Amino acid sequence: MGSVNLDIGMRNAQKNKKTSIKMKKASNSFWGYLMIAPLMIGLIIFNIIPIIETAYYSFNRYKGFEPMKWIGLKNYTRLLSDPNLLLSLRNTLVFALIMVPLSLIISTVVAALLNSGLKGAKTFRTIYFLPQVTLPAAIAMAWMWLYNSDYGLINQFLSIFHIHKIAWISSSNTALFSLAVVSIWASIGYNMIIIISGLKGIPSVYYEAAKVDGANGFQSFRKITIPLLSPTLFFLLVTSLINAMEVFDLIWIMIGKNSPAINSVRSMVYTYYENAFVKYDRGYAASIAMVLFLIIMIITAIQLKLQKKWVYYE
Amino acid sequence: MNSNRKVIHSCIIYLILAIGALVMLVPFAWMILTSFKTIGESTHVPAVIFPKEFQFHNYIDVTKVLHFGNYYKNTIITSVCRTFGTLLITSMAGFSFARIKFPGKNFLFMLVLSVFMIPWQCFMIPNFILMTKIHWADTLNALIVPGMFSAYGVFLLRQVFMSLPQELEDAAIIDGCNMFGVYSRIMLPLAKSGMVALGTVTFLWSWNDLLWPLVVNHSDSKLTLAVGISNMVGQFITNYPTLMAGAVMACVPMVIVFIIFQEQFVDGIALTGMK
Repeated sequence: MGSVNLDIGMRNAQKNKKTSIKMKKASNSFWGYLMIAPLMIGLIIFNIIPIIETAYYSFNRYKGFEPMKWIGLKNYTRLLSDPNLLLSLRNTLVFALIMVPLSLIISTVVAALLNSGLKGAKTFRTIYFLPQVTLPAAIAMAWMWLYNSDYGLINQFLSIFHIHKIAWISSSNTALFSLAVVSIWASIGYNMIIIISGLKGIPSVYYEAAKVDGANGFQSFRKITIPLLSPTLFFLLVTSLINAMEVFDLIWIMIGKNSPAINSVRSMVYTYYENAFVKYDRGYAASIAMVLFLIIMIITAIQLKLQKKWVYYE
Repeated sequence: MNSNRKVIHSCIIYLILAIGALVMLVPFAWMILTSFKTIGESTHVPAVIFPKEFQFHNYIDVTKVLHFGNYYKNTIITSVCRTFGTLLITSMAGFSFARIKFPGKNFLFMLVLSVFMIPWQCFMIPNFILMTKIHWADTLNALIVPGMFSAYGVFLLRQVFMSLPQELEDAAIIDGCNMFGVYSRIMLPLAKSGMVALGTVTFLWSWNDLLWPLVVNHSDSKLTLAVGISNMVGQFITNYPTLMAGAVMACVPMVIVFIIFQEQFVDGIALTGMK
């Protein structure tokens, strides 16, 4: 008797458990959807519908107050023959290719030095990080003043070595380079912090073992630090390249539309901004944005492919 | 001998770091010094390093032309609201993606990831048109709301929530918590480091953002520091001391916040690099 009762009791309990699991699943799904709902609604309104609209605009003439008119691929063919756009593409790529590698190399060196257990490392870290908490507009102004060809500190310093005045930001030969210098200067703090945290993740036993085997500091940097840091460097490479491809702030503030050097520094986003919000040529601007998106995707895809060659995952 | 070499070694490291620090600090130092000079001193060749008399009135002059009170207020409201909005929305979604099973989850997550890849410029024209239509153009709403749905934030917090132990969740469910309770009472406090990290970078980005505020807001009373300050470049192009005074005023609040919350900033930034 007792055992039968127990049996029934157990079966009931199992049944209850099954229904409760079912209910739990249903209630979980409910909470799952409810908790992503705000995000999804926002993404649909502010991102997903807009990207579809932008793609659609890019096949239309949509300028000023004129009604939208379908023109097929004409915006895209116009891109190919627009000297401003070709300049923008070239400038953006050159800027990214100067800025990103130099910034990562300098940041890695600084991070390695700061991570070597020196006294006062924290103070240096604070100093190197300062540009990150400074408004880009203020950074731009401070550097404009340093770059000023008549009174700027840089030219005054160079005049000690009898180097004649250089028009850093108003000459088309030097403007892009001058911008890259400011961007590198401003980006070191962020990269350095991320690299330091990558360095902290490398177990010290590797270095001890290398020391026992007679490796010098440089050798263990090359053979241990760089491979084990490669996932961090890869992350920074991908994100900094994307950021560099979208450069705008410094160009807009430091050079501006009235400068004779503007065409030697105009970036994709600058040309996009000019078309979309100054000339109100939205269809054409949309096609620039789509091309920028495509280029960023291609660059990122190439990097994901190449990472197998150099990124080392434990 | 060995210790001698060590001393030389660390001297070299200090020297390199000090030169680097000098390069980092000179633009700031020069900006501050210039902001206290007369125009004559600022354009003197060879350069005058210290002003003869500190010209505090440069700071008053710049506030006469630019409404710093407005800019500070707008920037603080925008950054604070956008940060809290982002944290709320992305932590709920991140938790849901990390710890709840529901049909269609993978598809929705892929959707979020693909948004993450698209540059903001691709959303900008339609968003501008939308803001105009719903009469949000030229209001602080336009600066706060569209930026709150951060795919990046979801991605970051999902990683954080995934790394938390299952046992606590089970225990809470046995105690009768539903999933929202698990999120708000158990997991959210444990994800504090991730929340601080995301909060820090969101705050910084929104503080420094230029292009979108420039596009969507026009009246002086709705501008943020970033835009207000950039407009200044045209207005005082030759009066560098006043220009620099404005730049100093724009930097100071964030630098103070940074110096107070330095550890949080650094840990936050470091966490954003986590894969």
